[in-house]
Amino acid sequence: MDQYVIGVIVANVSGVLSRVSGMFTRRGFNIDSLTVGETESSGFSRITIAFHGDEDIKERILQQLQKLHDVREVEVLDSKDTVIRELLLIKIRNKAEIRQDIMTAVEIFRSKIVDYSPAALTCELTGETSKIDAFIELLKPYGIMEMCRTGIVAIERGENCLKTVK
Amino acid sequence: MKISGAKIVIETLIEQGCDTIFGYPGGQVIDLFDELYNARDRIKHILSAHEQGAAHAADGYARVTGKTGVVIATSGPGATNLVTGIATAYLDSVPMVAITGNVSCDLIGRDSFQEVDIVGVTMPITKHNFIVKNIYELADTIRTAFKIAKSGRQGPVLVDIPKDIQTAVCEFEADRQPVIPYPLTFVPEDKLLKAAEMINSCERPYIYFGGGVISGKASGQVAALADKIDAPMGCSLMGLSAVPDDNPKFLGMQGMHGHYAASVAEDEADLVIALGVRFSDRATGNNSRYAKNFKIIHIDIDGAELHKNIAADLAIRGDIKDAAERLISMVEEKKHPQWSERISQLREEEKKRTAAAYRKIEGKLCPYDIIDIISSHAGDDVIVATDVGQHQMWTAQRYPLKRTRSFITSGGLGTMGYGLGAAIGATLATGRKAVLFTGDGSFGMNLCELATAVSQNTPVVIVIMNNNVLGMVHQWQELFFEKHYSGTVLDRKTDFVKLAEAFGAKGGRACSNEELEKLAAEAFACDGPFVIDCPVDSSELVLPMLPPNGSIDEIITEVR
Repeated sequence: MDQYVIGVIVANVSGVLSRVSGMFTRRGFNIDSLTVGETESSGFSRITIAFHGDEDIKERILQQLQKLHDVREVEVLDSKDTVIRELLLIKIRNKAEIRQDIMTAVEIFRSKIVDYSPAALTCELTGETSKIDAFIELLKPYGIMEMCRTGIVAIERGENCLKTVK
Repeated sequence: MKISGAKIVIETLIEQGCDTIFGYPGGQVIDLFDELYNARDRIKHILSAHEQGAAHAADGYARVTGKTGVVIATSGPGATNLVTGIATAYLDSVPMVAITGNVSCDLIGRDSFQEVDIVGVTMPITKHNFIVKNIYELADTIRTAFKIAKSGRQGPVLVDIPKDIQTAVCEFEADRQPVIPYPLTFVPEDKLLKAAEMINSCERPYIYFGGGVISGKASGQVAALADKIDAPMGCSLMGLSAVPDDNPKFLGMQGMHGHYAASVAEDEADLVIALGVRFSDRATGNNSRYAKNFKIIHIDIDGAELHKNIAADLAIRGDIKDAAERLISMVEEKKHPQWSERISQLREEEKKRTAAAYRKIEGKLCPYDIIDIISSHAGDDVIVATDVGQHQMWTAQRYPLKRTRSFITSGGLGTMGYGLGAAIGATLATGRKAVLFTGDGSFGMNLCELATAVSQNTPVVIVIMNNNVLGMVHQWQELFFEKHYSGTVLDRKTDFVKLAEAFGAKGGRACSNEELEKLAAEAFACDGPFVIDCPVDSSELVLPMLPPNGSIDEIITEVR
């Protein structure tokens, strides 16, 4: 089973997220990650969906998505030729004995400390999923108070674009 | 001129060619009904006994005419009562527009009286649905609903209209033309050439067609293709009536309860040309054991159906009529004498097996006799409707259908209680007579629509195959559940003749073939609904049968 990442341009109308996610539920496909946001055009939103499956499942997902009235364009993003990013915010207890370790990790991962208080510190990290996973693993022994991650967004390298928006 | 939202709805429906609307009033659609009253000389409203019956009537109207059926219901329970009807239309790709009222926009989300999120409820069973929250978008939303319903693979669309949108006013541009569906996809030339090559080089071709051939208006092309390449044809339940039953190439329905000859011929073919089908498990049996010995060309208008259930060797998305027409000019005219000989053998074998399975039980009617007698009185123009169960399969196997779009049945969803509403809708759409084959179980589900049939005086002959059991499940229990007849024995004392009379319809009971002959003659001479109660023995089985998830090797043609 491979992981696929697809970009979906949809009409920016109410209910569209339900329609897209509902299709996955109804047809029995699993979603690893789903993010949605505005595009440069107010009429359209862009949904980035990651899922695991074989070639057959991928084709069926594409076909079913294309049938939805609000979906304008669906494209599989080639993992080798795509920039994929995810954002993590993670909160660790601020204790003197571990502070230096955290700081080192932050520096090596090119993370940033975005909130610092006597009791806790919060780091921000952007990167591919594997990098985020590694950072979380590293911080686990220090006691993670809270964390949240956005799920992935993805865009093709070079001049390739999902074209509907223009 | 500014007019109300309610008037916009009715005017837009008329503009889109809707002449009949099936429905049931309620608090949140009073405004719409007021405008229906004002427009009563231009659009007819048919009041059902239950919203589900109205939805099935709109569905029957659509199946028999090819036009979009329209149903209207109030918010809350009115809307949820449509759900089975909408799902039935969705699974069988029937164009339908369902209009529901809802509470005013400011009351939405507060669990107001008779409020339900019908857009959320029907999302997975419609092609698309809308809630209109802006009066200026109302007319175009309804137009778009019609466009979506009729485009590509057809299906139902729901438009939910809050009460305050019905009472608001705005400018309305009248006299627009009915919308034109989105353009069809046409099959690319190279794929068709590949298909022609496969057809030219095969020795035992078999055409398996479905409902897509009826909705794609390709019956003539498919029959002509079969002639040119000398291929036998079989179909799914939804494909019935696409070609007349006496077409010499036609073997009938294939699949779980299909004709022996059709199912075996498909299995022995070396190439199956699948047109407008979706390889339902009821037509193919076990996916993994299907198509072990033949190649498949699959053509369908819906790209999502390609490779969905069965991986085809050549899968092509596009309009069937166009594809079949072009294919006819590409393929070589062929004769396959050996294959034809084998098909004749299979037909003979089928006749023998059918005759062997025939039993006459004292005081009961044989299902095939019922169908033969009724069809001999009904005439070729009759619309044949069914409910769901054993009677449905017997009718699908046996009824000599002559005219395209003359067979209406719930195939995909298998909705018991579908038939009466659908038959009423179909007769009102065409002015033709209908015969409904039903069972005592199915008829019990929506028999309240007998009231509608009486009010409208629709010529529907209702033939109840009355065996006191829920026959199809009973049959499965007999064959696969050690005769544990759990929940399938109907310990009822319903007198269907008195019931018909109580509704103001006519009725009679036929305890012999001679009595049935007499009653059938009377029923088809009658202008209004007529119920014929036919006692059938509960041990009658639908045969042949491919066991669920089975394959052709396990076909059951005789039990006991």
